[in-house]
Amino acid sequence: MTKKIEAIIREDQFPDVKEALRKIGIVGMNVMEVRGHGQQGGIVLAGRTGTYQIDMLPKLQLNIVLSDNNVEKTVQTIVKAARTGSPGDGIIFIYPVEEVVRIRTGERGHEALMYDNDIDTMPKNGNHDGNGDHSA
Amino acid sequence: MESINAGDTAWVLISSALVLMMVPALAFFYGGMVRKKNILSTLNLNFIIICLISIQWVLYGYSLAFGGDFLGLIGGFNFLGLKGVGTAPNPDYAPTIPHLAFAAFQMMFAIITPALITGAFVERVRFKAFLIFSVIWATLVYDPVAHWVWGAGGVFHQLGALDFAGGTVVHVTAGFSALAFATVIGARKGFGTRIFEPHNIPYSVLGAGLLWVGWFGFNGGSALAANGTAVNAFVTTNTAAAAAGIVWMFLSWKDNKPSVLGIVTGAVVGLVAITPAAGFVTPLAAIVIGGVAAPISYYAIRLRQSRNLDESLDVWACHGMGGTWGALATGLFASKAVNSAGADGLFYGNPSQFLIQLLTIGIVIVFAFGMTLLISKLIARVTPLRVSVNEEEVGLDISEHGERAYV
Repeated sequence: MTKKIEAIIREDQFPDVKEALRKIGIVGMNVMEVRGHGQQGGIVLAGRTGTYQIDMLPKLQLNIVLSDNNVEKTVQTIVKAARTGSPGDGIIFIYPVEEVVRIRTGERGHEALMYDNDIDTMPKNGNHDGNGDHSA
Repeated sequence: MESINAGDTAWVLISSALVLMMVPALAFFYGGMVRKKNILSTLNLNFIIICLISIQWVLYGYSLAFGGDFLGLIGGFNFLGLKGVGTAPNPDYAPTIPHLAFAAFQMMFAIITPALITGAFVERVRFKAFLIFSVIWATLVYDPVAHWVWGAGGVFHQLGALDFAGGTVVHVTAGFSALAFATVIGARKGFGTRIFEPHNIPYSVLGAGLLWVGWFGFNGGSALAANGTAVNAFVTTNTAAAAAGIVWMFLSWKDNKPSVLGIVTGAVVGLVAITPAAGFVTPLAAIVIGGVAAPISYYAIRLRQSRNLDESLDVWACHGMGGTWGALATGLFASKAVNSAGADGLFYGNPSQFLIQLLTIGIVIVFAFGMTLLISKLIARVTPLRVSVNEEEVGLDISEHGERAYV
């Protein structure tokens, strides 16, 4: 079973999150610039005179697709690295993935997710530094 | 027989170029404050004014403003096509530089004044209507007012009104015309319910910085000679801008944080306020003139906002009110000890100078506001002043010019 983790995080926390994920063997991901707000509701900015409120703040959205059994470890890693404790830290959504196709090889399903040194190819609870192929 | 002074001529030519640079500087000052779908439109409103008024000025604008006087109200046709405006000096205006250099210097003022107004109607004005408006406005508002205040035989010139570099002619006319045009064209779609966030404040900082530099030509050049008056204007100009920037910083800090857009706006307002006074007042007076200008314009913006009027970039608050204060302050702080060709103001024992300033500004305000109201309403009968709702939504860069700024 394949899952997609969609994590919306602070732009500032991204380098920490990326590094933490690399350490547990997440090789492939993509990132989107998004804007939004949750409970925090926005921030107050200074105008020429007085202030105004903006409610859509820039965030980054990470997309990671991986095997079911590695989801929890990955989510815990993101939460730990992305958390500052203030409102606006973000949110994580997890979805089932119907199908995966790797364009270069035509591989499908779980095979399409198998990279050398990736979290899905390493033995369970293996201690791996994850310095693998990042170009995938 | 007047003789041409090389130093004076060089300074006036350099000053003319500095004033022209203020137009693209203004374009970026304004451009940073609009949304990114309207940046090219906003820049272009200013740029095309350079082209339009340069031609207007050569053909007949200079003659209407500075030609032979008719009843103190308008210049005659004797300088049409700059006929007779050549390398010999015109002692009525500047005895040590070629008459043509004076005409060129004045051309840049005629250009920047309608450019200032564009801040009132950005993000919705129809380009065609804007072109028509600008040429008519330059002809029926700027040229007459320039004649009244600066033209030989002009009614306020005769009266003894002091306007060193255009506090009244440039800033009061532009500011109150902006107010009039804004009431006619109406607010941008979504005004009052949406937030119009400035899309590139660094552009505005860049623009304001270049305006400051250009203003040395605007005010310093208005001495029309490389002399002590030019130096005095140079120093008072810098001083007033600095004082107003500092005061605006504190005003905005008091209300939230020291806004960068606020600080640079404050500096521009200080430059506006010192414009009519630059060659007549001391550097210490310039601190007061700049420092007081900041709260006047700051709270004028607040007033404009509270009235729900979409005079979009606050041309009235910054130029109209800053210019009005500066022109009145000239009647307070002017001193013959600074410039013997000027006059003493109220604080130097001459209250009548203050009254002359008050009368001049009052009439110019009524004239500029009323004429602009009339011109814009008449144009609106012939062709729409603003783009369609859909075109406004898409943005003027694409709907009016078929281009986009950032790809």
